[in-house]
Amino acid sequence: MSAIVNGAGKVVDFVDQRITASNWLKRNIRKVFPDHWSFLLGEIALFSFILILLSGVFLTLWFKPSMAHIVYEGAYLPMRGVGMSEAYATTLDLSFEVRGGLLMRQVHHWGALIFLAAMSAHMLRVFFTGAFRKPREINWLIGVVLLVLGVAAGFTGYSLPDDLLSGTGLRIIEGGMLAIPIVGTYMSSFLFGGEYPGDDIIARLYPMHILLIPGLILALVTAHLMILWYQKHTHWGGPGKTNTNVAGAPFFPIYVAKAGGFQFIVMGVIVLLAATIQINPVWLWGPYDPSVVSAGTQPDWYVGFLDGALRVMPPWEFYVFGHPVTMSVLIPAILLPGIILTPLALYPWLEQKATGDTREHHLLDRPRNVPVRTGIGVAFIVFYILLWIAGGNDFFATILEIPVNWITWFIRIGIFVLPPLAFWMTKRICLGLQRRDRDKVMHGRETGIVMVSPDGEFSELHAPLSQAAAYQLTWHERQLPSDPGPATDANGIPNPNYRSKRAQARLSRFYFGDVVQKPTREELEAAHHDGHDDTHRELPSGQH
Amino acid sequence: MSAHNVNPSGDEHAVVPHGEHAVVPADPIADPGLHHEELRLTDVDKKAERRAERQVAGMFALASVLTVAFIVFYVVVGIHPDDPEHGVNIGDVQVSNLTLGLTLGLALFLVGAGAVQWARSLMTSPEVVAERHELRGDDETRAAALADFDTGTEETGFGRRKLIRNSLLGALALLPLPAVILLRDLGPNTGPTPAQRKEHTIWAEGVRVLTDVTFRPIRAADLEIGQLVNAMPATFEDLPDHGPERINERAKSPVMLVRMLPQDIHVEPGRENWGVDGILAYSKICTHVGCPISLYEQTTHHMLCPCHQSTFDLSDNGKVIFGPATRSLPQLPIAVDSEGYLIAQSDFTEPVGPSYWERTR
Repeated sequence: MSAIVNGAGKVVDFVDQRITASNWLKRNIRKVFPDHWSFLLGEIALFSFILILLSGVFLTLWFKPSMAHIVYEGAYLPMRGVGMSEAYATTLDLSFEVRGGLLMRQVHHWGALIFLAAMSAHMLRVFFTGAFRKPREINWLIGVVLLVLGVAAGFTGYSLPDDLLSGTGLRIIEGGMLAIPIVGTYMSSFLFGGEYPGDDIIARLYPMHILLIPGLILALVTAHLMILWYQKHTHWGGPGKTNTNVAGAPFFPIYVAKAGGFQFIVMGVIVLLAATIQINPVWLWGPYDPSVVSAGTQPDWYVGFLDGALRVMPPWEFYVFGHPVTMSVLIPAILLPGIILTPLALYPWLEQKATGDTREHHLLDRPRNVPVRTGIGVAFIVFYILLWIAGGNDFFATILEIPVNWITWFIRIGIFVLPPLAFWMTKRICLGLQRRDRDKVMHGRETGIVMVSPDGEFSELHAPLSQAAAYQLTWHERQLPSDPGPATDANGIPNPNYRSKRAQARLSRFYFGDVVQKPTREELEAAHHDGHDDTHRELPSGQH
Repeated sequence: MSAHNVNPSGDEHAVVPHGEHAVVPADPIADPGLHHEELRLTDVDKKAERRAERQVAGMFALASVLTVAFIVFYVVVGIHPDDPEHGVNIGDVQVSNLTLGLTLGLALFLVGAGAVQWARSLMTSPEVVAERHELRGDDETRAAALADFDTGTEETGFGRRKLIRNSLLGALALLPLPAVILLRDLGPNTGPTPAQRKEHTIWAEGVRVLTDVTFRPIRAADLEIGQLVNAMPATFEDLPDHGPERINERAKSPVMLVRMLPQDIHVEPGRENWGVDGILAYSKICTHVGCPISLYEQTTHHMLCPCHQSTFDLSDNGKVIFGPATRSLPQLPIAVDSEGYLIAQSDFTEPVGPSYWERTR
């Protein structure tokens, strides 16, 4: 045994004699972790978060969250003599007087963008593969909360340097708050310590940004991972991979090496981005001045859809008892997040309603095999991207050389038309892919070899799939729409639950009514029998 | 699985929800069982194995070199100017950023890539399979847990002693109140309400209109047709640098002066004397969510907010002609004082900025 193992053995011995660590280790050290590229998305989120924490701690050592007015006398000449807040001045100091300070600022910002992108992609992966199904609903909910916290962390951080862009972002938040009926002005007054912008807001956002929100994220990430660990990871079905087992690499050493290595790769890539691509050069924007704005500036990507929603709303305001209710601000700024997040959070239960299914699911769905869910997901992506385009409508107007109003009108109409269209198209594509899978299983794969029979008939040779390949296409569950049963029983007594059963059956039919089912054993046998004397010929053995 | 029909053939991959009326057909293909991975080149070829070993060690070694290089660059590439008077050279900062970032980033990347390569090509763990167990506790455990809970509840008498229970719930319901009340002083607790504060700016009768930034008074003749000038009230200069007052006024008082041909202007009744020789003054704060407005199109007199593209017609009383804003830009009535400089006739006649609940105008 090497010295390392002896050393580790001593540590384990020490801990074991105090908290029986060997018991836990025995059960977990070879824990199985399945492998798939899409499982790395969540890891990217986790690893970028760790880097954000590290770089963030570095930044706090110099940054002063103060809006006290000072006249800048630092190293950056163009700003000398300019009045600004201490927050902005210390951000300049971090960039220009601390070696590596600019790098850490850029690492922190790039890390935040990637953190949110990875969380979003991870969530889409979980959605499209059905990994949110029982027993993983709790982790889905934690994920939704983490996404919200991530956006909050990003936005508060964006606001701290007190540069022109961060102030403009806060101004829009203030405008959104003012639109809230009855309490809007008070909420704004409490947040800003009086009138906008006041000189309190940065000191108030700071503890949120460096303590409260990251603390909550850390706690929830821990819970997320503990639940994942306890429940064991989902995996893709396939030969030998079933709903009652999990196949993959052992935690130690393979997963430790791969995930540990991936941690360094993610950190390395973010640092390389920070080294080579400038982000948020606050010294160019200047200190915040509420009377100045520059055209063409964009918020960070994850806020873009909200900004886009603000842009495309028609001017809609009405009065209630003589008080204005500004729907053109209320809908995008206050209602839209709720409209998106509520169904998102509740989706696992909505689908449970459709399937009427209370079993545990550990096998992932191929997106094509649940066409309605996949359609809903793509419709949401289209909805989101449209709002995102709206958030850059001035940018797209410039690129396409068309009036910005056209883009706004395109979004106003498209937001209602395109998501349903995307749903329909996606569903059709999924059904087409299912049909192809079914054909492959029934008749084998096309070989591209065309045969002419003596009668002059053309036909294509099909090569049968191996059992493993065919199983790969058929391991998924056969999801049949449920049947509400008769409204009355044989004696004509009405079924008291019939209405709810019928509603459930409708939802189930919406989900599974036109799913292309994998062939049955009988159908397959019939097809094979068919193939030998009809158009679907199989290759002679040895040719495939 | 009790709520579901598992089909008679024992096929566990086909389950019909509420399927009392359906018979599920059998799966077409039987599970051939776990497919064992083929050997890697490094498993069979000693040369390949040694090559992989060199690759991994090479990456780790290079990472060490880069880490040392990082320290060297930290020391060698200075960003502090020799003469503080000259200020920092942005080029130095960028070189420092690039060298530190490339060395650190590549060192991190190589440590990671080395570890992954090690795992992929040299570690010998086979694919392993573990059984899953239903997460639900078995009936016996559940019953025992429930019984324990019932025993505890019985021992407290929580259900029977309603007086204790209700008074406890009442006390607990009230306790969060101090936490909420304590936040009251986040906002000012004396003086006007938040809404009242929004109704006034430091514009007042006779206050001179000064150019922004340079703070010079403006004569009507200084403005050409089609020109736009950002302006502030003369009283702004008296506000202290420190404290929130100055920046708060900066968020409320800015105006834009525009001059256009008098015949182009469509004046609303009651605003006939609000301009001076075709010069009009509008609030610069967008009525949508408060961004400062800035994109002016001379020929059409349209004013566009760069944040959300609300567009206002300055020749038509600041009316909204496109975008999400719901109310016109407030207009500041202006006049000329005895020395010929532009002054305000009064404060704005309505609150500037976005809509809010208490607003009646």
